Amino acid sequence: METRSKIADSHDFERTLTRLAHEILERNQGAETIALVGIRTRGEFLARRLATMIQEIEKKQLQIGFLDITLYRDDLREVRQVGEQPVLKGTNIPFDVAGKNVILVDDVLFTGRTIRAALDELIDLGRPASIQLAVMVDRGHRELPIKADFVGKNVPTSIKQEVKVLMKEVDGEDAVLLTELSEGS
Amino acid sequence: MPLASRHLLGLEGMPKEDIQLILDTATSFREVLERPIKKVPTLQGKTIVNLFFESSTRTRISFELAERRLSADVVNFSADASSVRKGETLKDTARNIEAMKIDMVVIRHAAPGASHFLSNVIKSNVINAGDGAHEHPTQALLDMYTIREKLGKLDGVRVCIVGDISHSRVALSNIYGLKTMGAVVSVCGPKTLIPREVEKLGVNVFYNVDDALKNADVLNVLRIQLERQDRTFFPSTREYHQYFGITRGRLKNAGKPIVIMHPGPINRDVELSADVADGEASVILQQVLNGVAVRMAVLYLLGTGS
Repeated sequence: METRSKIADSHDFERTLTRLAHEILERNQGAETIALVGIRTRGEFLARRLATMIQEIEKKQLQIGFLDITLYRDDLREVRQVGEQPVLKGTNIPFDVAGKNVILVDDVLFTGRTIRAALDELIDLGRPASIQLAVMVDRGHRELPIKADFVGKNVPTSIKQEVKVLMKEVDGEDAVLLTELSEGS
Repeated sequence: MPLASRHLLGLEGMPKEDIQLILDTATSFREVLERPIKKVPTLQGKTIVNLFFESSTRTRISFELAERRLSADVVNFSADASSVRKGETLKDTARNIEAMKIDMVVIRHAAPGASHFLSNVIKSNVINAGDGAHEHPTQALLDMYTIREKLGKLDGVRVCIVGDISHSRVALSNIYGLKTMGAVVSVCGPKTLIPREVEKLGVNVFYNVDDALKNADVLNVLRIQLERQDRTFFPSTREYHQYFGITRGRLKNAGKPIVIMHPGPINRDVELSADVADGEASVILQQVLNGVAVRMAVLYLLGTGS
């Protein structure tokens, strides 16, 4: 048995993103020094949306890139069989990160392990002035000392629940879903 | 989408999806090679042994760079400074090395089937880096990657392999891989260097290089392997150059752009004239660069996990 509830619909989604865009600008005193880096897959689309909003507010072109953190994951050793490893989607950062205030964008902040991998990969690409983290949902249960700078929604969850951020670009609609995972699933 | 095998022994029979997966994965590693720090932690804690029973510069360095750029620990072995000289068999050599807790073996050996044999006697993943005149799968994969990068596709592309087809593992792996990917493959060379019944592999045969050029978008020019010929297959290298050497004049006569590839090392002005090797149609150095990315992809796909 699975029960699923929608904790944000497309209107909430839009409002939350707009707030995040303003918060990012407020903290960085404009868009001058910032660059957005989305973590693939859904972080990429969130970063694109935020970039569009920020560009509209500031009337300025923004630098944007995407990270595929697979090669930096700490669980690759736990892949049991040949071929079970994740398919690479590719990193594409078409600018020099050195000296930038990089806003890392992801959909759900959970254990923090993805962010750890993203930090390592970003720093291998250069030395940013700072790295800030923006997420759509913070669901708790951190396994590493990592904290988001910009949070769309704080959603207290139990470990048996699953949080999914849906996006028009890949899922056909914008929403945040909370699902109760039943025993054994 | 798992690879069908935990070894890479050859491209014969390898499913199209697997070749596709390796080439797509290599694209990500090609990007890593453009970074200021050309290294990712993906194979940390894995130990890879390069067992080279035959001399090699390019392939050995390429594999070693690929391994190190994935953060694997690397051990190199070459036959001339080893117990092989004292008469140890391949099986014993490999099992002894494996007893020291390693994860993967890259092997080059003069005997066809050596990598296949090895995959049956040890538990590590085995990658064939050339076994006699049989296969050299990573070379063919990097050739295919380079064609795809240059022309945007493999399906329907006309590729002609020119030179010593009989003694060439590069030719055989390319034929298997390219056919699987839908390319139109032909071979060209003197009759003495074309294996009998090669048509059965589904390739066209040209004995005249100008005819071959007219029917090709890509030329993969093979090295004349003087050291592999225990008898002479053609009168002289000069005569070979005259009849089969790829020259600027011949390319001009073909009247269309043709991509020039060569697996190296080049005998300049024998199979390929120097100005063509260095000319604008040549992608020889791209092949070398792509080789590292393709080998990283193979190591990643076979080597992650426990």
